[in-house]
Amino acid sequence: MSTSSSSSSIKTSRWLAFHALLVFAFLYLPIAILILYSFNGQGVGGFPPRNLTLSWYRILFSDAPIWDSVLNSLLVAAAAMLIALLFGIPAALAVDRANFPGKALFRRLVLLPLILPGIITGLSLLMLFRVAEVKLSLLTIILGHGTALISVATTKVFAGLQKLNRAQEEASLDLGATYWQTFWRITVPNLKLSIIGAALLIFTLSMDEIAVSFFLIGRDNTLPLEIWGRLRRGITPEINAISTIIFMFSLLTIVVWYRLRTRAEVTPEIGAELVETAGRS
Amino acid sequence: MATTTEAGFTDKSKPDSTSLLSIRSVAKHFGKNIVLRDISLEIAEGEFLTILGESGSGKTTLLRILAGFEQPTSGEVWMQGERLDTQPPYRRRVNTVFQHYALFPHMTVEQNVGYGLQVAKRPAEEIKSRVAEALAKVKMSTFAKSKPSKISGGQQQRIALARALVNRPRLLLLDEPLSALDANLRREMQVELKALQREVGITFIFVTHDQEEAMVMSDRIALLRSGELEQVASPREIYHRPATSYTAQFIGHTNLLYADVRQGTAMCDRLVWPTSLPDGSALFSLRPECIRLARIAPPAIGSANPLSNIRFRATLRDQAFHGATDLLHVESDGGLILTIRIASHDLPNSKAPLEFEFSAADAIPVRDSDNKNEERR
Repeated sequence: MSTSSSSSSIKTSRWLAFHALLVFAFLYLPIAILILYSFNGQGVGGFPPRNLTLSWYRILFSDAPIWDSVLNSLLVAAAAMLIALLFGIPAALAVDRANFPGKALFRRLVLLPLILPGIITGLSLLMLFRVAEVKLSLLTIILGHGTALISVATTKVFAGLQKLNRAQEEASLDLGATYWQTFWRITVPNLKLSIIGAALLIFTLSMDEIAVSFFLIGRDNTLPLEIWGRLRRGITPEINAISTIIFMFSLLTIVVWYRLRTRAEVTPEIGAELVETAGRS
Repeated sequence: MATTTEAGFTDKSKPDSTSLLSIRSVAKHFGKNIVLRDISLEIAEGEFLTILGESGSGKTTLLRILAGFEQPTSGEVWMQGERLDTQPPYRRRVNTVFQHYALFPHMTVEQNVGYGLQVAKRPAEEIKSRVAEALAKVKMSTFAKSKPSKISGGQQQRIALARALVNRPRLLLLDEPLSALDANLRREMQVELKALQREVGITFIFVTHDQEEAMVMSDRIALLRSGELEQVASPREIYHRPATSYTAQFIGHTNLLYADVRQGTAMCDRLVWPTSLPDGSALFSLRPECIRLARIAPPAIGSANPLSNIRFRATLRDQAFHGATDLLHVESDGGLILTIRIASHDLPNSKAPLEFEFSAADAIPVRDSDNKNEERR
């Protein structure tokens, strides 16, 4: 009885492992192939890739329009990040600690753009700019990304505020610091990590945003739209090459973020553990 | 209205003429929930006052009103002729030691302690010397450069204390500061804290739910019960002369005797003792240690007023060993269950009834806390 049940559980776990492998392949195989083919000497076709070469990267680096679009995207991402943080941080503070009529509604509405399809955000902003007779340009994209990503800043910073020990702020007031001094000396340093996290997330989200940008684009392309435009004229491994670079860049951002987080959060815990074990012996 | 606080034992519960803090009819409501009602209390300069109460009694709310984190719904707080409750927390010369210390994790121990002086824009040399002095006072000088997360709970406790005291407040509030420490460290800190308070001479208001802690440390105890002051008195007085049955039960153990008083004699079951109370029903508190095993031989005639030494027979129900003392549960002939504390002593494990006695003076009349409308007789 017991042996058959244990053998069936082994079977189940094997099956699950296989399933996990499939999921993993499904997620990462396309990316792996994309990277592989950026070195393919025979264009996009043909399996397996042959005559591995760096020439696509050489072509990419002398391709001025691509780099213009990269610069545009960086500019848009940086500006959108600033806008989102500028509005998102006070919104998070308001949701966390202010009491005002309609707060529950405000809280839900601020978070709504997270779920709202980009098409709707883009289209509604496009109509707004039409009515206001604003010419579409990088500025409209910045405004679009900025507003769409406020909710990301708000959620991240709000989560940080929830973890913040309010007694610390009370202690600061108690020790003679005004509300303003307390905000800058206690609240902000404690939120630093959440703010950096929000900034990185907003930056990367803006970098690869297509739907909103598509509606608000003027004459200057962002990188995703440039790539998309070229794909319509036929795919070349140059696209694979730029995608590979984007992928590496994203990976680097994630690594930087994790390093920051582990440095800030894990070290004190290890420290406390050491003190505890030292105290016991 | 104010009878609860006075409770007939007025001399020690009244403040000295040098009153530092005056709490006047303070009440606090959170919506429909009444947390404090009509609290009036005078606190003397240099006093160690403990606000004692169960969780939910409103003690932390009262402390937060003094610190400035809550506004009283009605009533006023005055400190030396100045209205305190209308001031923001940062303008009060009141500092707080928080329950979980609330040290700033992104600052070193030194920066934590110097924070108050720094925001007050004191000169750098002064900050340096005062921080060093405060750290020395709590024996934490060697940890000046550590981050709070790298030191133990007891050490964090000391830093929180130094951080508050370095500002030389008129009043120090302590919100259950020892509750997170283990029992041994706790007892150690109780003694240390009391000594420190005597040394610096600052008025301490200490909040706790631990009656033993309150007894060890305080000059006076203010016992809070569901938002009202039950009794304010010195530890000895509150123990030996509890005003109400709640006080008697909350502070230490007691036996509550519901007695009938007729012509100067109280009768509870078959126990009879003299009292000065008028006729009617009355409630008495008799501490377990006030009952003792009677000697086999009855006392010699004329040795004492026989009426003041009340003897009774009871059978032992169980005996619990507590180290220096034993706690007995006995059932008297009349079926009355009593708790008795005697010096540790092995009693014969037989069903034979034993002889006990207590002094009439130890049966303290108390007001029945469960029946608030009943007038004190």
